[in-house]
Amino acid sequence: MLALHKVQFRQGDFTLGADLLIPTGARVAVIGPSGGGKSTFLNGIAGFIATDGGQVLWQGQPMPDHPGLRPLSILFQDHNLFPHLNVLDNVAIGISPDMRLSQTQKQQVRAALDQVGLSDKSASYPRDLSGGQQGRVGLARMLLRQRPLLLLDEPFSALGPALKDEMLDVLRQILHVTSATALMVTHDPKDALAFANQAILVADGVAMAPQPIQQLFDAPPPALRAYLGHWT
Amino acid sequence: MADRIIAIILRIILGGAVLAALLLFSIGTAVAVATQGLGLGRLGVADWSAIRFTLWQACLSAGLSVAIAIPVARALARQNFLGRQVLITLLGAPFILPVIVGVLGLLAVFGRAGWISVVLTWTGFAKLSIYGAPGVILAHVFFNLPLATRFLLQGWSTVPSERFRVVQSLAASPWAYFRLIEWPLLKSVVPGAFLLVFLLCLTSFAVALAVGGGPRGTTIELAIYQAFRLDFDLGKAASLALVQFTLCGVVAVMAFLVPLPQTDGLGLGRLPQRLDASGHRGVDFMWITISAAFLILPLGAISIRGLGHIASLPYQVFAASITSVLIALASTVVCICMALGLSLAFARRGQVAQNLAEGMGILGLATSPLVVGTGIFLMIFPFAHPMTFALPITASVNAMMALPFALRVLMPAVRETYADYLTLRCSLNLTRWVWLHRILLPRLRRPLGFAAGLAAALSMGDLGVIALFADPDLQTLPLMLYRLMGAYRMDQAAAVAVVLVAQSLALFWMFDRGGRGYAGSP
Repeated sequence: MLALHKVQFRQGDFTLGADLLIPTGARVAVIGPSGGGKSTFLNGIAGFIATDGGQVLWQGQPMPDHPGLRPLSILFQDHNLFPHLNVLDNVAIGISPDMRLSQTQKQQVRAALDQVGLSDKSASYPRDLSGGQQGRVGLARMLLRQRPLLLLDEPFSALGPALKDEMLDVLRQILHVTSATALMVTHDPKDALAFANQAILVADGVAMAPQPIQQLFDAPPPALRAYLGHWT
Repeated sequence: MADRIIAIILRIILGGAVLAALLLFSIGTAVAVATQGLGLGRLGVADWSAIRFTLWQACLSAGLSVAIAIPVARALARQNFLGRQVLITLLGAPFILPVIVGVLGLLAVFGRAGWISVVLTWTGFAKLSIYGAPGVILAHVFFNLPLATRFLLQGWSTVPSERFRVVQSLAASPWAYFRLIEWPLLKSVVPGAFLLVFLLCLTSFAVALAVGGGPRGTTIELAIYQAFRLDFDLGKAASLALVQFTLCGVVAVMAFLVPLPQTDGLGLGRLPQRLDASGHRGVDFMWITISAAFLILPLGAISIRGLGHIASLPYQVFAASITSVLIALASTVVCICMALGLSLAFARRGQVAQNLAEGMGILGLATSPLVVGTGIFLMIFPFAHPMTFALPITASVNAMMALPFALRVLMPAVRETYADYLTLRCSLNLTRWVWLHRILLPRLRRPLGFAAGLAAALSMGDLGVIALFADPDLQTLPLMLYRLMGAYRMDQAAAVAVVLVAQSLALFWMFDRGGRGYAGSP
């Protein structure tokens, strides 16, 4: 269980409040208007933003301060890959940032690449990959890390509908293998419905408690209704 | 349509004319020098040692500047503190600071009668002496460390903040952090920064004139000056100029192959959200303090001393001021006309034109004022007394020296304006007049003002060709300052320095301010 106990995330002048519980294994869509604090919410949980009060707990234990020690993996919209490293190394840094791999680790990296369908691209560089392939490299790194909590900050929003569906498929496979808890920021209600069983609405500096996603869309609160417009 | 073709032809002729003038100035003077010189046979032992010293000091100065700039830029990229923005702005100051003023400031701190020597004497140690090689290198680091720091800082600020976060989320060791973030960054910025500083140290003259000299502290530029002014050995000056031209040419070709750092000062203020700041606070602030002190103390020393002796300024300061300002204004007009002509002609032609324009900029950087001065002297000498033309020659050479920087500011602005608005112009069928007055000039006003400010300030501080050509009755402020230093009248020299800096800054401010007048664009 991920618990945010009366947390205030502060980023410059902006503060985001959250007091909520997310059960282990949940797939949560984080939705809301732009500028409402969705990214702040994810970056706060990841440990990139200091808390101004309250506690972030994982399985009852306070999360360590350093982002690298938290039991999670995060994927951003851009710049997840290092342009000067090839695909293999870009994935391998997920478990060995020093790029010194044991035989077992090498096999794990290859297995992860295999899982996302990129085993023939391991020597390529990010600049030679399509947007979809770059996304899959990021997912392979997540898969390799085997962390119980996955944070995804609109990682597929630049992709076309078909590629996005493909990525969501890969993501579902990863979740199936790792049975991790996943939080994904998205601005597309369709993606949210396709991926998640719960949704957190982030608006006006508050992250609300998760609700079953269909229920939220059926009876949207005013902030969500204004954001969604006539989408049904 | 015919109208448009004529306009294009006109623009190409204009750009071509500027190009021809530039080539005449750089290559033409070199040819004049080459035909006059007696080859390398004329060079003695002292001259060869000057050549060796020039390369050695440029290498060492560039190496030190870039090596120290790395931890300073890293600290500035990582730490947020009160006065950070001021310090970053101040890093741009040495670029428009008259070189001779900087040298005077360094002497006030590091010289025989400087602050450090005073402390050393108290504690029973020998005084420092920075004349010769140490002074040349110290001054070159003083002027180029801030430049290199800005280039590197620019590099750091282009790293997306996500990438820092990815590294943090991987719990990367310092070594992994270096491999993932810093190594690729340094690899892309350091070679260009080193080459640029190397080039600036290769062609720098005023520093060598003020603190260089002697068997182990004479650069080629200084040797040319001495052959010219002291021995009046034109053949030897020409031979040395040929060597200098060749060296600069080789470095210029290298510079064309390695991308030189581009900085427009944008993005330098950005501070990525960094969680690793606190862990490095001690080391970072040590570097920030050392570099800030190195930058501020010499300038502070001059200000204090100079302001105290303003009243004792000799009356010649008025004439020298007028001469300096007139040269600066003339050279600004020439420089801006050339830069505008080149930008309009080449900014949006194909790759060849862009390479040509880029090459022009590098040619300007690699051109040594003393080589050009020697060449012009040799060209005029058979027909007239070259000294009579000291002022127009100085103004033109100064304009050419400032051209690479003006181009670097103007060229992107012209290119962007055309890229952003050309389709609009065509679709609205705007007349040439409206296009020029309502779109192009307002959009270029700010870069024009900034480029003019740079050109004026650079010319105000110049101590190159004027030292070669001036007779005893004619002086600019930097030359007057140099002569006062030579006469060991340091108090008056400091006062002249204050006047010179005030006038340079005033000119820079006026032009830059003028450019911001009605900034119709963000």
